[in-house]
Amino acid sequence: MRINPKKCVACGNCTYVCPMGAIYIDPLLQRATINRDECVECYSCYNGLSKEVLPPATVRFVRRTLANFRVRFEPEPDVCPTTAFEPDELTWPRVVRRAFSDPRVPHESTGVSGRGTEEVKTNDVTGRVGIGEVGFTIELGRPGIGARFRDFQEMSRALAAAGVSFEKNNPISTLMTDTTTGDIRSDILNEKVMSAIIEIKVPVSRTEEIIRIIWEVEKRIPTQVVIGVGVRCDEEGEETVVAPILEKLGYNLRRAKTNIGLGRKEIRDLTKSAPQTEKKELVHA
Amino acid sequence: MTNTLHRYGTAESFVDDYIVFSLPAKSKAAGQKGDALAAQKRFMELAAEYKPVSLGDALKGGVLRPTKSTSIFGHWGKRNKPSFKAVLDGMTKAGTMAAVFDNRAAAEAFVKRIKDEDLGLSVNISSSIENAKNCCKAAGIPRHSIAYSLGFEQVGDNVPSKQAVMLSTMCGHGMLSINFAQKMISFVRENRRSPDEAAHAMSRFCSCGIFNTTRARRILEEARIGVK
Repeated sequence: MRINPKKCVACGNCTYVCPMGAIYIDPLLQRATINRDECVECYSCYNGLSKEVLPPATVRFVRRTLANFRVRFEPEPDVCPTTAFEPDELTWPRVVRRAFSDPRVPHESTGVSGRGTEEVKTNDVTGRVGIGEVGFTIELGRPGIGARFRDFQEMSRALAAAGVSFEKNNPISTLMTDTTTGDIRSDILNEKVMSAIIEIKVPVSRTEEIIRIIWEVEKRIPTQVVIGVGVRCDEEGEETVVAPILEKLGYNLRRAKTNIGLGRKEIRDLTKSAPQTEKKELVHA
Repeated sequence: MTNTLHRYGTAESFVDDYIVFSLPAKSKAAGQKGDALAAQKRFMELAAEYKPVSLGDALKGGVLRPTKSTSIFGHWGKRNKPSFKAVLDGMTKAGTMAAVFDNRAAAEAFVKRIKDEDLGLSVNISSSIENAKNCCKAAGIPRHSIAYSLGFEQVGDNVPSKQAVMLSTMCGHGMLSINFAQKMISFVRENRRSPDEAAHAMSRFCSCGIFNTTRARRILEEARIGVK
């Protein structure tokens, strides 16, 4: 991403909206400037800010004049008043930043937009995590810190040393040169991304061991870790095997993503008649 | 992707936060057949009947999107309003389609309706464990699988600026910066923007449309009066 200095009026709106805090007003240039090493090419500035087309020279004059009276030119906080952001042509290896940071860009390897896979979200169709198994999603970088691939490598090497296998369709797995060692290709190790997810699957009996490995690695890496634990419920819809292990480790389980089991191998043909349903209940909004 | 999973906050803070989303199984190995897009359009049309806070198409955005002015007068124009129609009309490819509800009655009724529709899509509820359990119970369906969020490691319940973290993590892709959330809290505290205006400004950064403006307004109101 770049900011066109001919258009920028240094209003400062973009300095707040950058999730990495990589945009600042350069005091010498008097223009918004991007710290390219910290920028993860998430396009939040370009896609998230509304765009206006005020004439830059006029806006600068008005700003300077108003400032003399201690009055501030204040566009709406989510607006770039002069449409100053312009996407760069990204090349390897910088292009991986965008692939992992801009959620609208699908990974070439998986075809899935985002930073991981479908995990247990489609488990009712794929059967990916069965009874007695645990699917881990280990995400690095959130909230608002970002992570470099060398941080992911630190984690993947520790997990590989424990003999776990990585989800082969996961974007991080596709960047490994050796999945038995957890090594990630060397030319991207310094690239920074908003976040990404390492995915593994282990037997339930290894749940505590894996979490302790993650705890150990997170002490060594300069980013934040958030863990998701995917499990299959029993026939009654209960899950009484993994939750107690997590609670024993000190986790207070609050939030979850619950797959309610409506997925089928065959999606309903909507050209045929709809199933008979009761009339919609009245709800308040 | 875990974009709806790791929202920061206590279980009680999700009282008005239910994300119900559908998606097809994309991998060839899953062998799922049928017209996923048509089924997802049906899913979203039905969701709209239950008055959600937002509808979100992960590829196109939610009910509030950034705007683009072509005239200098756009600077003084009114901001756009939430539009279900924009989401429904814009759906061109199957993916993750979400409906965000701010009350239990609507979420439970919608889940029951979706069960009766039997679309064949995978449907997930992202909320507190209890909220999702209640939805399943009301619809008479056993839960199939669960992805627990273990929360942000080393981030406790009472970090400084916790309301900014609560707001920011409502976009699980991290598109909503903590600095911007903090700025919106400051604007509300200074009465420069209403909680509604601040929530809408933040919502435009969430490219999947899963930002919950009702929860955001409540958090902003609490932050305004200094609730810790």
